[in-house]
Amino acid sequence: MRAYLDASFAALSDATRRGVLEQLGRSDASITALAAAFHMTLTGMKKHVEVLEQVGLVTTEKVGRVRTCRLGSRRLNEETAWLEKHRQLCEARFDALEDVVEEMKRKEKSDGRKKRKE
Amino acid sequence: MDARREKNETTVERKSARELVVTRTINGPARMVFEAFTKPELLRQWWVPKSCGLTLLDCEADVRAGGKYRRVYGYGDSTMEFFGKYLEVTPHSRLVWTNDEGDEGGAVTTVTFQESDGRTLLVMHDLYPSKEALDEAIASGATSGLPETLDQLDEFVVAAGASA
Repeated sequence: MRAYLDASFAALSDATRRGVLEQLGRSDASITALAAAFHMTLTGMKKHVEVLEQVGLVTTEKVGRVRTCRLGSRRLNEETAWLEKHRQLCEARFDALEDVVEEMKRKEKSDGRKKRKE
Repeated sequence: MDARREKNETTVERKSARELVVTRTINGPARMVFEAFTKPELLRQWWVPKSCGLTLLDCEADVRAGGKYRRVYGYGDSTMEFFGKYLEVTPHSRLVWTNDEGDEGGAVTTVTFQESDGRTLLVMHDLYPSKEALDEAIASGATSGLPETLDQLDEFVVAAGASA
């Protein structure tokens, strides 16, 4: 169970892989189409898809020369889902912190300029 | 490269049965990030992200070892209060506080600020009193004083985990 959680979490920790899941939530897609959509090489996209496939979030099927990806049947379990949700909450929070720090930097810079003028 | 991928990544990991660790790099010096954590008027600008549907009604903090803090959130017509005390305050590098609002012993939060090249690596570490306490926090969806209110995330998780 632990190993599955770790692997699932690692699979979701990457923005591209989350993007791929969102994309596949809308429609199935070939690796070539995913690579193009995410401006990646085929090899790079194949690796991302393999990570998602290993934890059951994505399944693939090769017909002729095209490998089609679709969402897997394995439901995210409660803890994995919660961790991802918590991550997104923290992300929103720290994005706002980053804005506050940017504002502090701007203010310090302009205060510095004012002081030099005085 | 789209802008989204260049953003500093936020990671969340259950490090052990009792520990939850969140990391994030902030583009700014540790003294500013530390200040944003310790000045209530700054903290209230970011601690509760707009997207979560809560408002921070009151935020008081006596930031020194042994000093107390209190935060009151509004959610619809109801309010929730969170409080605790600071165990350690080391300017620009380390903050430790307790979370005492629960019935039993709550988590102890340790935040470290590590500056490198003008950027600060933030590590927020929550140590729960027992495995059961962390399991329960996860099951109830409550942590960091915020309930599950991110509807778009529900949608995302459902989409990501939907049965084919």
